[in-house]
Amino acid sequence: MITEVAGLLTGGGDIVSVIIQFAISAIFVLFLFYGQRFQTRIMLREVESHLRRLNLIRDDGRKMAIETIKEIGKPKGNPAERVDQFLEYIAITPQSMDPSGIVWKLEHVLDVRDVRFKDEVKLMAPEADETQLNNLENTLEAAMALNMIYKVIRHFYLLGKKTNSLYVIMQIQMVLPIIMKQAEAYAHALRAFASGQPIGDGAGALVAAKLMQGYETKEIAKDVVAATVPIDGRTAYVLKAKGPGGNVGKPGDGIRKIIEEKKGNISTIIMIDAALKLEGEAPGEVAEGVGAAIGGPGVEQFKIEDAIVKHKIPVNAIIVKEDLGDAVSPMRKEVFDAVDPVIKRIKRLLLERTKKGDNVIIAGIGNTIGIGQ
Amino acid sequence: MTTKDEPARRVSSFYLAIILVIFILSLSALYIAFENIINQSDPGSSYSFLAVGFFGLALLGYMLLQTRPKPMRAIVETPRVITTLECPKCDFKNIRDFQRGDYIFKETGPCQKCDETMKITAIYREAKKKEQ
Repeated sequence: MITEVAGLLTGGGDIVSVIIQFAISAIFVLFLFYGQRFQTRIMLREVESHLRRLNLIRDDGRKMAIETIKEIGKPKGNPAERVDQFLEYIAITPQSMDPSGIVWKLEHVLDVRDVRFKDEVKLMAPEADETQLNNLENTLEAAMALNMIYKVIRHFYLLGKKTNSLYVIMQIQMVLPIIMKQAEAYAHALRAFASGQPIGDGAGALVAAKLMQGYETKEIAKDVVAATVPIDGRTAYVLKAKGPGGNVGKPGDGIRKIIEEKKGNISTIIMIDAALKLEGEAPGEVAEGVGAAIGGPGVEQFKIEDAIVKHKIPVNAIIVKEDLGDAVSPMRKEVFDAVDPVIKRIKRLLLERTKKGDNVIIAGIGNTIGIGQ
Repeated sequence: MTTKDEPARRVSSFYLAIILVIFILSLSALYIAFENIINQSDPGSSYSFLAVGFFGLALLGYMLLQTRPKPMRAIVETPRVITTLECPKCDFKNIRDFQRGDYIFKETGPCQKCDETMKITAIYREAKKKEQ
């Protein structure tokens, strides 16, 4: 039988061979003219299946946000409509044609957005306390991110379908695995925020919280607390975002205020933050260097750099490595365990880079959800 | 937020037409093959037709399986998050699942051993082996 089939493919004289050869030629011609269209269809199907999953994740996130608001905030009516409006909320960034002063404009937009968000959440959850309000705000922001991801993918899917263009659909198909990973990370974040669990991004805040344990804290800037802690004969001003609600605070303002209060008499600043790791690096790995270790839209980093450059204060950075999923998911053990090695490094840095009697600033950067002080 | 504009899950008529053509061709090939085998005429082509017929049916089965809506994977797994409570006086440790309202450095109830106020010292999730 094998020889028969081989005969068919190589070209026997019978009718079956003719049919098979015709079929092969037809497929060749078909792929010559419609190959790209077939490829587009296959890609569209792949994007469609991911889009359905994204829709499920988004709906699940929305449902969880509404349930949490109902449970914690005890609203009188159904908050679903307000939540839906919130998920569509936009913030327009300032015009950057003339970049002079853009940081302050951006800061203003972000402040207005923050106030508006907090007011909205207060209206949705009238019974929630300050910590819960912050957590609910973070929960809704995660739901908002999921909504946006879904809508962007849907946009490219429908555009690809409408134009039947391989290149439109290819753009989104190529980055889909990364986008799905991001969506899953936000789904984890949403759960963590809803229940107030510490997240990986809080590694820096946790280090600061551990250092300031047993010392009096005071709010020195918006949502930023600081404590004066003696470490090996140095005076350390340890600061972090005000916990345990989901908050990143304004560490730039905090650092600037301490520098101004001490009239620039600060020997060094040590900033601790979570940073994205590269594939192959272990989560919870600690690395150090120089520069302002802080993420976000850049406003706080700008303020810190602006303050330190006036007084030529050296800035040291210690980072705890983790991937995006870990940064917004409940803090994994490896990241939690990295706190003590970070404190050891801080102490070593202080011994090596400063002398007894010096003033130093230690800033724990990151979202302090689930971390007190 | 409505879901009415979600892409509908349906099989295109073009795809159905291909399935139908393959089905008819496969049945014809099988019919010719069996007829030749029964009549004992041209055994070479009868085996060829048999092979083509079965191949067509297998392809058809695969294509039909592809059109079936696939069940969605469980959306997102909820990781187990652990809270550790410690007594600052006698170092007694209590490890339990995370409860809403827990936060690191929160003072909780009295220690079971010495009645000192216990403190939450750790909250973390245990990573699964495949995550390492």
